[in-house]
This record gives sequence, C-alpha cells and structure tokens, in this order.
Amino acid sequence: MLRKSRLLTLFWVLVMGPAAALAAEDSMAQRMLACAACHGAEGRATGDGFYPRIAGKPAGYLYHQLLNFREGRRLNAQMTYLLERQGDAYLREMAEYFAGLSLPYPPPRPPQAEPARLQRGLQLVRQGDAARGIPACNDCHGEKMTGVLPDIPGLLGLPYDYLVAQFGAWRQGTRRGTAPDCMAAIAAKLNPEDIDAAAAWLAAQPMPADPHPAPGLPRPLPVSCGSVSATGVTR
Amino acid sequence: MKRLLIVLSLLGVLTTGTVFWLGLRGDPGDTTVASPLRAPAGVSPAERGRYLVQVGDCMACHTRQGGADYAGGRVIPTPFGDFYSPNLTPDPETGLGGWSADDFWKAMHEGRSRDGSLLYPAFPYTNYTKLTRDDSDAMFAYLQTLPAVKEARREHDLKFPYNYRFLLVGWRALFFRPGVYQADSSQDAAWNRGAYLVQGLGHCSACHEARNALGAVQSRDNPAGGLVLNWYAPALAAPAEAGVQDWPKQDIVRLLRDGIAPGASTLGPMAEVVYESLQHASAEDLDAMATYLKALEPTQPPPARGAVQVPAHAVEDMAKRGAAIYTEHCASCHGDAGEGALPAAPALRGNRAVIMASAVNPIRVVLFGGYAPGTAGNPRPFGMPPFGSTLSNQQVADVLTYTRSAWGNQARPVSAAEVARNRQGPLW
Repeated sequence: MLRKSRLLTLFWVLVMGPAAALAAEDSMAQRMLACAACHGAEGRATGDGFYPRIAGKPAGYLYHQLLNFREGRRLNAQMTYLLERQGDAYLREMAEYFAGLSLPYPPPRPPQAEPARLQRGLQLVRQGDAARGIPACNDCHGEKMTGVLPDIPGLLGLPYDYLVAQFGAWRQGTRRGTAPDCMAAIAAKLNPEDIDAAAAWLAAQPMPADPHPAPGLPRPLPVSCGSVSATGVTR
Repeated sequence: MKRLLIVLSLLGVLTTGTVFWLGLRGDPGDTTVASPLRAPAGVSPAERGRYLVQVGDCMACHTRQGGADYAGGRVIPTPFGDFYSPNLTPDPETGLGGWSADDFWKAMHEGRSRDGSLLYPAFPYTNYTKLTRDDSDAMFAYLQTLPAVKEARREHDLKFPYNYRFLLVGWRALFFRPGVYQADSSQDAAWNRGAYLVQGLGHCSACHEARNALGAVQSRDNPAGGLVLNWYAPALAAPAEAGVQDWPKQDIVRLLRDGIAPGASTLGPMAEVVYESLQHASAEDLDAMATYLKALEPTQPPPARGAVQVPAHAVEDMAKRGAAIYTEHCASCHGDAGEGALPAAPALRGNRAVIMASAVNPIRVVLFGGYAPGTAGNPRPFGMPPFGSTLSNQQVADVLTYTRSAWGNQARPVSAAEVARNRQGPLW
C-alpha cells in the first residue's frame, strides 16, 4: 500500500510536474505525533526507560502535568518549550486524547533487585511506614495501583529509571505540583534505599487483567494534595 | 612641534567633548506629536496603555516564568552577558512606585533611568524613542494600575568591559539619536501607523536586524536578520527570508495574528510574540503593520553567518545518508518529494524557512520540534516532533543537507559542528 502510494507520488512528480501538497489527517492523532518522538507511538513509551508511557493515564493527572510543565513547576526544557504557547483548552484536549487510548502493556522486565530489596519495596508500597509518616502507595494510587480517576496516576507499567528520577526531582524541587505538594512531602521523608526498593518492586509488577484506573477511592486521601480534586473519593 | 601638540590636544578635547555631549545630552523630545495609532474616543489612558503595553509585548522580557506579571526577573542572554529585566509594577522599593510620567518618558525617549543613569540598549529605547508622549503616558498610567509586587531587581551579569555602564556614553554617541516618530507625508495614514508600530512600539528591529560587535542595530537598511535567543530572526525586507512584499495582505495579517499563514508559521521567540502580543492587536493595527511590511524596499538575501565549511567531497555522501534518514523519519508527513501534507506538515521544497542562508532555525526545529502558537485563529496547532534524542549531530547535518539540496532546493550544506553549536542554550 505504502509502496503503491509512493509510486503514485513519483508518477505525479514525473508526469504532472512538482507534486501538490498531500492532504493530512485533521485529527488529534496527527496533532500529537510530536509526542511520539519521546513517549513512543501513541504514547505507549519506548524501551529506553526514561520517558514515561502516557497512554491510558487519568486525564486529570495528565492535564495537571501539562500545566505544571507549561508554568515551570515541573522542569523539563523540552516539554516546556513544546507547551509554552498553548491554551488550557488545548492542553485539556491533549490530556483526554492520551487518557482515552487503551493499549496493551508489555510484560515488565524481570526484577533487577535481590529478594530482600524487593521485600522491602513491597512493604513500603503496601503498608508505608507509619512511624516515619509515610503512607502506603495503595492508599492513594488505588488497590491495584493502576491509578484513580480523574487525577491520580497509576504506578505500574513504568520503568525503574523513570520512577527513581521522579523522586529525585521531587526532592530537588524540579518537579512540583499545585500546593500542597503531597508527593514532594512524601519524597522528602524517603531515603535513597526506600526509593530504590519501592521503584524496583513497582517496576517488576505485571499489569492486572484490567489496567484501567479505578473509578474512586474507598477512603479519603491520607494526605492533602493540591492536584487532586475531591471527586477522586468515592462517596 | 609645540603648535602641533596644541592642535592635537584641542582636537582631542573637542572629540571627547562631542562624544560626551552626544552621549549625555538631554532631549525633552517633541511632546506635541499625536500618536499615529489614534486612540479611540472614550478610552481612558490606563485602558489605552494596557493595549499599548500588550502590543509592545513588554511582558516578554518583564515577566519571568512563574513570576508575577511585569515584575521582571527574566534573564535575557546576550553575547555581552545576561541581562535581568527590572520590575515594572508600582512597588515603591523595587518597582516603578516612586516614578512619575516624566521619569517614564525619560526612560522610553532618552534611555535614562530616573536617577539619570544610562540604560543598556537591551531595553530597546532605540525603538521606543519613536513613541509619542501621549502613548508613553498611557503606558505608564496602565503600569501604575498593576498590583504592586515586591521583586528586587537582579543585577545584570555582564562580561568585562560591558559591565562598566559609563561606557554607554560612547555607545550612545555612536548609535543613539532620540526622536519621536515623524510621519512621512508622502505615505498614507495606514503606512505611517504601521511604521510607528514596526519601528517603534513593536520594536521588531530589536530581533530582526543584525547587531554589530557593539550590539547596535547597524542601520535602517541593514539587510541581515538577527541572531537572538538562539534563533535566527529573518530579515524583514529580504524576500528570500521574511520579506512579504509579494504576499496578499490578509496572509501577512494571518501570520502576525494567528501564527500561521499559507507557506509560513511562527516558532521560537516569534511564536511567543504572536501568542502574548500580536494576536491581541486590533484589526487596524494588524492591517497597518501588513501595509508597512509589504511596502518595504526588497533587499538582497543576507550572507550566511556562522556557516562551518563542509568539504565538497563530503557533501555527496552526506546527502545520500540524509536521503535515507529523510525516508525513515520525515517522508511520512512531509512527503517523498518534500511537498508537505496540509494542514499538518508544511512543504519543505521551496520553503524559505528551510533554505535560507542561516541554518539555525532548521537545525533547532529538527532538534527540538515545536508547535505554532495556539491562538484564537489556530487554537489546535499541529506539531513537529523533536529529533534531538533520536538523531546524532551528524545525522541532523545529513538530513538537512539533503533537504536543503533536494527537489530543486539549493541551499548550502549544514555541518555537524553547526548542529552541535545549536544543541546548546535555552529553549524559547
């Protein structure tokens, strides 16, 4: 098919002189092709481990990240440059476009860590550390950790490098959310061994059969988060 | 001998005196000239000023990312060092709180601060000196209505010897003559209005004209565009660059207002100008700017600056490798023959943004991609992907060398060294 269309183009060039511009699809998919360069085709991530998957993440979460990049709360020169001169409505549309993509997840890479580290990671993720004021990941990110609509992202299906880099960014202030910035507060209480263990365990988990974000949380959030609207809690 | 010495020292004193007189003289300016913008009746000065401040895009420099509007603090990197913009809000300690309309006029018209110190021309008073007193007063009136924000001025971080402010005396003697815009009676009102906007309030030449080694825009007829904020601002009068002499006027208006027009779009700092400023300009002002730009005397294509020689024997291999890269990464949107696919991907064949002598913008677009500004007239722009993490400097040079020489394009090759140089610096 492709070959045929190229031959056809060649025909037009040779016979009709310089080709007229082709018509492109007037769609969101076409508009968002620029994102694929780093985030993979349709935002499904690539194998390089740094750029996160964006397909299927909750729309509210994606929208807040786009705003954070645009307004410099989250520092990434490339992202800020791409978003700097776009209005709220278009950013919202981008977020909803990627949130609406339901694509299969590749299996996780085999665990890179020894069992003791993974065990420690599991404990932090499931139970937190009450003595140090660290809530369990599950408490906010959902029982299955696939995120909660509309604002809380899932923690599975993300590479170890990306997860670790985010904690570094919260600790250094290069990733900030709307105040109160709950994740920055939690990241400040974690030590490098905690972060390594939790990220290693999370990155090794397969996606559950239903990878979609949960519709709501059974309990109110244990911490206050400026970027989470009240609708995240099931009433 | 003695007589010669006397003559020489007299000449020296005279020259020094002239320089000091030219650089330091005060100029009250002709305050009777009425603005060619013709303020609509019934609009208060502050309201009028809000519009002028927006069309002048004061925000671009005087607001830092995440900072309060007009509170300054934005870094403006230049070859002379980093300038930090001052606070324009009416805070008495750190802003314009204690200023009068006369002080503001002195800054805009004469390039001098309230205390008389000389201002660096990073603040484009060489353009603003053309503004009329009523427009300056209106802008000041608006700025005084802003919420006062305490944001201390950050000192400029300039290289030696530019950090010595008194040297501006010499610079001003050479390059600055204060003077309010004088209407050209041989032209109509729209042209004069456009000239006032382009030369004065819009300060287009601050970016679109090359600066000499001392940072001065060289002359009114300067044929070259300027390298500003790591982008190349193409020459406005050169049909090979940004000249619009043969464009329909409505297309010029679309480019200025919407950020895209048939065969052209804005990226980088110009996208910011469109997004923050020009999309809000009135229909009359956009029409006037288009009238003026369309009437510019066409100039020759400017020479290539910053080109790194590529040995002739290497060019063929580069283009051959570039063709393969083009097929893999570019052809699906831009077409096998660079014909483009509208509305998503512009044609590359015959596209002057691709083939102009300066390769800075094509390099930056391949490395960093970009979206045209999301304006009311084009709220959902298409985007170019960034290839900076996919392609090496050599690969970017190869694909650009191919693109600039294929399908009838005839532009010089691009070297990997030139690509490397443009990977650095902040993004805008």
